[in-house]
Amino acid sequence: MEVRELICIGCPLGCPLTVTRDGDTIEVKGNTCQKGADYGRKEVVNPTRIVTSTVRVEGGELPLVSVKTASDIPKGKIFQCMEEIRGITVKAPVRIGDVIIKGCAGTEVPVIATKDVKAVG
Amino acid sequence: MIKHDIVIIGGGPAGLAAAAAAKKAGAQDILILERDGRLGGILNQCIHNGFGLHTFGEELTGPEYAARYIKQVEEMGIPYQLNTMVLHISAEKVITAVSREEGLVRIQAKAVILAMGCRERPRGALNIPGYRPAGIYSAGTAQRLMNMEGYSVGKEVVILGSGDIGLIMARRMTLEGAKVKVVAELMPYSGGLKRNIVQCLDDYGIPLKLSHTVVEIQGKERVTGIVLAKVGADRKPIPGTEEYYSCDTLLLSVGLIPENELTKEMGISMSPVTSGPQVSSQLETSVEGVFACGNVLHVHDLVDYVSEEAALAGENAVEYMTAEHEGEKADPVVLKAENGVRYTVPQFLDVKNMKDKVTVRFRVADVYRDRFISVYYDHKRVVHRKKRVLAPGEMEQIVIKKESLADCPDLKNIIICTEVD
Repeated sequence: MEVRELICIGCPLGCPLTVTRDGDTIEVKGNTCQKGADYGRKEVVNPTRIVTSTVRVEGGELPLVSVKTASDIPKGKIFQCMEEIRGITVKAPVRIGDVIIKGCAGTEVPVIATKDVKAVG
Repeated sequence: MIKHDIVIIGGGPAGLAAAAAAKKAGAQDILILERDGRLGGILNQCIHNGFGLHTFGEELTGPEYAARYIKQVEEMGIPYQLNTMVLHISAEKVITAVSREEGLVRIQAKAVILAMGCRERPRGALNIPGYRPAGIYSAGTAQRLMNMEGYSVGKEVVILGSGDIGLIMARRMTLEGAKVKVVAELMPYSGGLKRNIVQCLDDYGIPLKLSHTVVEIQGKERVTGIVLAKVGADRKPIPGTEEYYSCDTLLLSVGLIPENELTKEMGISMSPVTSGPQVSSQLETSVEGVFACGNVLHVHDLVDYVSEEAALAGENAVEYMTAEHEGEKADPVVLKAENGVRYTVPQFLDVKNMKDKVTVRFRVADVYRDRFISVYYDHKRVVHRKKRVLAPGEMEQIVIKKESLADCPDLKNIIICTEVD
């Protein structure tokens, strides 16, 4: 049996949640609405996050372009994703939505640009 | 002298939304003046996600949110000048600006929209003793250095202040391989959004120490460490509670101040609480035809509300230009913040000219549980809404409908307060 103490982020109330996982049975306590129950369950079963960072740009108006994972990835893969992002340099121009990494950290989720960077010179 | 109908000071989220709304409302001659090299303002360095949930129904990063508005402005063909610093605006709406391309120019505007945003409270405002070594940054400066200019800011970090930028930077620096040792907050509660505390600190096991402050900065050339101490109810350090942290970097996230030097030079009436101009329900300042919106008016938590407010300022500026200006103005209804409400924006209601409804935004003074938000029309209570929790870090709002004022022709004050009941 696994017990986790969490704070719900559904609204400013910030309910303190106690999530108990016993095999397939998950119980959320301390929530005051359905949002809290859903959040507690997700955080224990499959917590995911969108990762945002920057990538070096050659020949651009800015030295960096901001990037993000196109959707959320498992929380446990955040640092692996960051390692991959750090190793990359792209050439200007870069447009919002350009794919920078096809699938990051062993997932299908691409890393995409979130800023336009024009080429200069 | 150059002449324009509407001149917008600042090309950040407020200026862009004001420009787009003014154009949609029929303005023909708009000019945006921006001091940075690109439009978008502070959003350009806010590379994290969480923007736009209210406006677009999806989570965008800062640069993506800015790009949506920049696209609108460009498609509408609204002119803007970058790298242009406004030096002065006269009460007659003559703007003096300087840029490398144009030199010193003077522009006569019919209406002005102030959208200059805010800046960070610096170390000098905190009275922390010690040398002035390298390695002390305001959180937003560190954010710009990392996210826009590509510098690594530090390896071992302590953050003073739990404002949202500090929290976001705690995560950002951790992801880039730095060790963020602690976030200290002077107040017994955080000034940041709950979401940020969970996703930026808890996710990475970074401790948040409430009721703590930095009492000493060590190091002569570069920061080598800091001393934290617990503070009492009077916010003064308690002797004997000092703790040493070795670090090479101290980030300060201790508040934002609306940037109103230009506003003050125009002789506009200011609010001592928001540090922004006092405005009517039209977001018009005490100088006719000068409007304000976004963080220059009062510091917001969510850019979505900045855009909404700025759009209104844009529409109202157009209305001001097209309306007949009658000599006598009716006395405005004064909005008063009382009993746990620190301020309201707007501060005045122009009942005659107000739209069908006006959104009044406000902040509370402390963390309150199970209180009511009440609105009084003079002595008559018209709103009494229970809130399970209220916090200074989360802006609140109520909507005042014009029709609700029809029965009160002699109304003097609208009071917004919290009540224990």
